Amino acid sequence: MSLAINVLTRSLNVFHLGGSACNNCDIEILDTLTPKYDLERFGIVLVGSIRHADLILLSGIFNKKSASRARLLYEQAPKPVVVVAVGGCACTGGMFRGSYNWDHPVKDYIPIDAFLPGCPPKPEAMISAVVKLIHTLRGKKQ
Amino acid sequence: MSKRSIIPIGPYHALQEEPEFFKLHVEGEKVVGLDIELGYNHRGIEKLSESKHYDQTVFLVERICGICSTSHPIACVQAIEDAGDIEVPERALYIRSIIGELERIHSHMLWLGLAGHFLGFNTVWMWAWRHREEVLNVFELITGNRNHYAMMKAGGVRRDIKAEDIPTIKKMVADLKAPLTLFKKTVADDPVIQARTKGVGVLSAQQVIDYAALGPTARASGVKIDVRRDHPHAAYGLVDWDVITAQNGDVFDKAVVRILEMFESIRIIEQCLDKLKTVTGSVDSNPKEVKPGEGVGLYEAPRGEVFHYIRSDGTNRPARHKVRAPSFMNVITDREAVIGHTVADATIILAAVDPCYCCTERMAAVDVYSGRRVFTAADMIKCSQQKTAELRKKLGAHGPKLNIA
Amino acid sequence: MNREQVAAQVKQILGEKIIAFHQKSDRRIFLEVQSGDILEVTRILFHDLKARFHIASGVDTPEGIEILYHWAFDACNCVLTVRTKLDRNKPEIESCAPLYKAMEWIEREMWELLGIQFKNHPDLRHLLLKDDWPAGKYPLRRDYLPEAANGQKINLPADEAKNE
Repeated sequence: MSLAINVLTRSLNVFHLGGSACNNCDIEILDTLTPKYDLERFGIVLVGSIRHADLILLSGIFNKKSASRARLLYEQAPKPVVVVAVGGCACTGGMFRGSYNWDHPVKDYIPIDAFLPGCPPKPEAMISAVVKLIHTLRGKKQ
Repeated sequence: MSKRSIIPIGPYHALQEEPEFFKLHVEGEKVVGLDIELGYNHRGIEKLSESKHYDQTVFLVERICGICSTSHPIACVQAIEDAGDIEVPERALYIRSIIGELERIHSHMLWLGLAGHFLGFNTVWMWAWRHREEVLNVFELITGNRNHYAMMKAGGVRRDIKAEDIPTIKKMVADLKAPLTLFKKTVADDPVIQARTKGVGVLSAQQVIDYAALGPTARASGVKIDVRRDHPHAAYGLVDWDVITAQNGDVFDKAVVRILEMFESIRIIEQCLDKLKTVTGSVDSNPKEVKPGEGVGLYEAPRGEVFHYIRSDGTNRPARHKVRAPSFMNVITDREAVIGHTVADATIILAAVDPCYCCTERMAAVDVYSGRRVFTAADMIKCSQQKTAELRKKLGAHGPKLNIA
Repeated sequence: MNREQVAAQVKQILGEKIIAFHQKSDRRIFLEVQSGDILEVTRILFHDLKARFHIASGVDTPEGIEILYHWAFDACNCVLTVRTKLDRNKPEIESCAPLYKAMEWIEREMWELLGIQFKNHPDLRHLLLKDDWPAGKYPLRRDYLPEAANGQKINLPADEAKNE
């Protein structure tokens, strides 16, 4: 395990990049930080700037206006960075596929490490995904 | 200082979780203008709706917004029912109101939490969201999901509320009164909240009428409009409740209106649950077709009136489906409310209408590289040094000169 | 003012401007006016009858482009819809935004999505779509083709199933 991975997976700084979402995944992401689930116990905090991010959570589809912005933001993130697509829309486009303002699946222009389907995924699913992701990055078996 | 600068906020920023783009025109600290750019959330739902049949349309409009995820479906099914003259059983009307009011409580708590967060008062955020979870538990019990309840369909609702669940739901709802009273007292007593919100972001009653603003934004300015009372739908005409208004139109009054509305919501839910014991029967009239015609559906969402227009041509798909979310009318009022305030107050003013851009369907970084003056990091440091120097001069203090740049 | 009075008063004040009147139910009134009269009708409804503007919906129909202005009479639970028809080849209408600020955004929206020209609009530019959206491509028109808009073909789920 490289030093970068070791440091990266200890206390994750999460940046939430909401695309053209219905807001529900975004709300559930914030929900995981509030007292009932309280991810801050594990040192996982939400940061306001992409330049502090270890983990990017994408939610929603990215439309013709927001796709280029999302790509720009991804390029500004310090590497290595882990990207998780949260929700059905970010994974495949969901029910907005084929809309005139739908651009491409987000995986075409941002490399994604984990897909987390659901509409919206429950906070428990998000926590489980983060745990699995950390294990995978460290090369451990589930 | 009369030099006008533009501060771009967005589209991706720490202020709000959705992409939106504000261009704050400032003179020094004072905001003199606001330009709002939308479009980062536009998904083309109206066009997509024309390719889905009526049952699917309801699921599609549910995903316009995750917070008002039952307001849009109710308005949509009402438009379909209006277009096709479809009857709805009485029991279904009560269930619609129960789900709608539960949603209002969770949405207002969400706003209260975020408003606390924007003021830098994170305790309010954590507490409000903690008690919001209890509302989501009620939803999970009734519908099986925390959000996106999938309860509405043309002609009724998809699931009944079981008689054995009613006492549990009643207790869960009654338990919400204690934390709500706590929030009411916190907002009314806390000097920090009062200092940051009273007299800030005032919207006059005339401005409300000129912009046709809706919901708590209008009611905080003393304009008594509420679609639940003016255009009775679901079970709102059948139960006893009050429309909450305030007079000043500032951020404080908007918060007060929302908090008091939650108590009214609990009243409505309790009455509806009682009625469910006596009003029995089917919850779905199961319509087989939608006759050609035009229909309008109105519903008072937590943010204001949702408007749906459906034109049916007799096929199983809408020929035209127009959606108007309340934020579409409310967000534009920001450009009046924010004028004359400081940049620090702008965050809470921009959030005070409870904006929902995924509803409005559509905010931006001014092109920071074009023409207009925008601060760079070096400019900021220079400004900061100038200000520090001025302060030193004023205070007559002599310290070591910092050289940051 | 009750519902009967609203219908009677609208008929009386608008008079000859109404070319078609249809009362779908006691809570829903539809009427049609000439597109040239829209500014006057809006002024009467907003200033004289104190109605509240819901929204306007533009519809592309085979006969031409329709604009429906929806108005609420909150005191009597009534929705009034003013319909006006425009020529499909050159849809043009007077902007009501200088009169009623609430109409500013929706007119911008109809301009970009349906290609309706609003004369004397204070700020007619893109609201929802990106600024370099190809001119002449209006998504809500019936003849709009998504692949032609950006030069790339969008793979719809049905296309993918065909390819497999």
